[in-house]
Amino acid sequence: MLSRVANSIYWLGRYLERAENYARFIDVKFNLMLDLPPDLKAQWEPLIITTGDQDLYKKKYDTFESKKVIHFLTFDTENPNSIISSISFARENARVIRENLTKETWEKLNELYHFVQKSAEKKDNGKDDPRSFFESVKNQILLLYGLADSTVVRTEGWYFRQLGMFLERADKTSRIVDVKYHILLPSPNWVGTPLDFLHWTALLKSVTAFNTYRRLYGNIEPSKVVEFLTLNKYFPRSVFFCIKEAELCLHKISGSSEGGFGNPAEKTIGGLRSKLEFTEVEDIIQLGLHEYLDQLQMKINQISDKINTNFFQIKDNFSIQNSIQE
Amino acid sequence: MDTNKYLIGENFDEMFIKEGECRTHYQDFLKLLSKTSPKKMSHLQHSANKTQVAMGMTFNVYHDNQGVEKILHLDIVPRIIAHQEWKHLEAGLKQRIYVLNQFIHDIYNDQKVLKDKIIPEDLVLGSKDYLKPCQGLTPPKGIWCHITGTDLVRNNDGKYYILEDNLRCPSGVSYMLESREIIKRAYPDLFNKLGVMPVSDYPVKLLKMLQYISNKSKPVVGVLTPGIYNSAYFEHSYLALQMGVELVSGVDLVTKGKKVFMQTTKGLEQIDVLYRRIDDTFLDPLTFNPDSMLGVPGIFDAYKAGNIAIANAPGTGVADDKAVYAYVPRLIKYYLGEDPILENVPTYLCREEKERKYVLDHIEELVVKETNAAGGYGMLIGPKSTKEEHAKFRELIKKNPTNYIAQPTLSLSTVPTWTEEGLQGRHVDLRPYILYGEEIEVIPGALTRVALKKGSLVVNSSQGGGSKDTWVLYN
Repeated sequence: MLSRVANSIYWLGRYLERAENYARFIDVKFNLMLDLPPDLKAQWEPLIITTGDQDLYKKKYDTFESKKVIHFLTFDTENPNSIISSISFARENARVIRENLTKETWEKLNELYHFVQKSAEKKDNGKDDPRSFFESVKNQILLLYGLADSTVVRTEGWYFRQLGMFLERADKTSRIVDVKYHILLPSPNWVGTPLDFLHWTALLKSVTAFNTYRRLYGNIEPSKVVEFLTLNKYFPRSVFFCIKEAELCLHKISGSSEGGFGNPAEKTIGGLRSKLEFTEVEDIIQLGLHEYLDQLQMKINQISDKINTNFFQIKDNFSIQNSIQE
Repeated sequence: MDTNKYLIGENFDEMFIKEGECRTHYQDFLKLLSKTSPKKMSHLQHSANKTQVAMGMTFNVYHDNQGVEKILHLDIVPRIIAHQEWKHLEAGLKQRIYVLNQFIHDIYNDQKVLKDKIIPEDLVLGSKDYLKPCQGLTPPKGIWCHITGTDLVRNNDGKYYILEDNLRCPSGVSYMLESREIIKRAYPDLFNKLGVMPVSDYPVKLLKMLQYISNKSKPVVGVLTPGIYNSAYFEHSYLALQMGVELVSGVDLVTKGKKVFMQTTKGLEQIDVLYRRIDDTFLDPLTFNPDSMLGVPGIFDAYKAGNIAIANAPGTGVADDKAVYAYVPRLIKYYLGEDPILENVPTYLCREEKERKYVLDHIEELVVKETNAAGGYGMLIGPKSTKEEHAKFRELIKKNPTNYIAQPTLSLSTVPTWTEEGLQGRHVDLRPYILYGEEIEVIPGALTRVALKKGSLVVNSSQGGGSKDTWVLYN
């Protein structure tokens, strides 16, 4: 597969997943807001911190009102991570590799793009209940996943797209967990109260994990929620699960056996996977949740860089061999 | 819907002989029209537009700030061509392409046609499209112009005339294919009843031709695109998808040891045939335009060494020069000893003093064109222009006469077209596609471009033109 094409497919996977996660973030936040006692104001700032867009946001706005935040994360084309930007980038990437996509995939993605563009042009967005919009974005992306699942051949292209999707999802789940760190309770006495409970519930719901968590763990306990979302081996949005799947994709792409590594990208991701595999939630709490998640996100960025140099930047057969010996 | 109100001008109309009298091969379509309400027509047009957006059938307009993508309007009324008439066109096009190929080979090799003074030597050798590095070359299987999209128009005498040969990178074939799919949905019954020849196997034929020009048994084929900002990018990716081959751009390719390789995730893979959609001089910055960022350094050497086949062959564009065009009837006579089956539009060469004088004196009646411009740019339509524009072009011609030709203003034929004011005649041209592989084949269909503005004669998509599906009948 052409390096340029692989690169575009990888980013197509990442941008779609990013857009879906943003839609989830806002949807859940909005839901949470409706449940708050009337004297408590919803906190929209943590959402911006979660997505890591605070610098840009502060340049544009002084306050964290819901309307501004929602606009910034959804329709602001100056925000490179907003839903509209992510969908546009996904489509641009698809457009340059259109000959590698199935007709349905291209048409549905194109439809999604036009849907978001049209919604952005409408002035009354967010005036009433914006949730139907986010619901629709989420559904259309899930439809694309379903289409891919049942129509795309399991060759290199498929694995590059899955690789992008899983890495992005690992990053976003870690950020969702991190959001709780930034949401402030009125005072420490509030820990364990219905409000605290509401926050944790919202967090689980944002990754469609609430019922599953209940079935597997029972009571809502912060450390168990953290364990579930970062270390669980079976939940498809947990950080560990995503990293493990991404590692498999890399091995499928290179054709090397699943133990060990055949290139720097495999080495880095294998390292992270085994580290996660042998971590207990107590270790995380001890290090500090926020610090742990920060390191995790940095590691994921490193993996993405390695993938870039290993597959997308190669110039000829010799440089691959060189890079393996590094 | 009542078609009795349909007006015909001075020009030839493809559907009606005169008001109320329909041509035989349009009878079935007329019957359908009479049963279709204007509301239904609007509905059909609307859903055709929507389908185009959903399919991302877009093209880019240069010098346009309103975003990069536009839809080429597809009119839902087809242009229908009777079988007999098509046979005539087919024979004429085959004859012309055969001769043009002979001509190109000749001027890069023995130059007999120049020695015999059939065409002025300086006109050919001095053309900016004559590529010296191609001298002495015989491309694989001796074919230079593999893919042609000839432009024809029908004058009010009812005859077809060749307008341009388009031997470089003719575009629009994807619209021919996708438009057919859309229009099929609008008139499902009619297709069966009328017997419309299919065009959908074009990509298969194209691939077969591309494989044929390689000397390998299983060659690796690719479509070479300048990239996403090119106006025909949709078509490049469409053709790659339909043929199941790689779409490559210059950055994907490298040359080593006079061979061309694609950069893949697993290293370098050799490529054997390129259907290139970038201009000659951008192909290789080492041989041609050193500023080209689109091409592949060293590809021309690989081509000369016979390690890669390129369609159309570099150097082909010289036969597409509008001054060379004027000589094609003489070339047909020279190489085949035959009369041309399809006529040229009479052409005045401004390089010749007598003809230049005529052009300068009659500029308000003529169409003036630059000899090597395309896309409707750099031209003057005398009868539709102001005195100032006439004066401007007179100066341009005097300053650089070899750069201009002029032709009488033809009255392009009309086809009924669905407009906001109902069914009205709009001017059209005709672009059939011809493949030259093991044999020369004219695809039974075409891109019919239509000038959507009332009375306009400019059909170019970049200047307010739309398209029509073109039906060639079996019988």
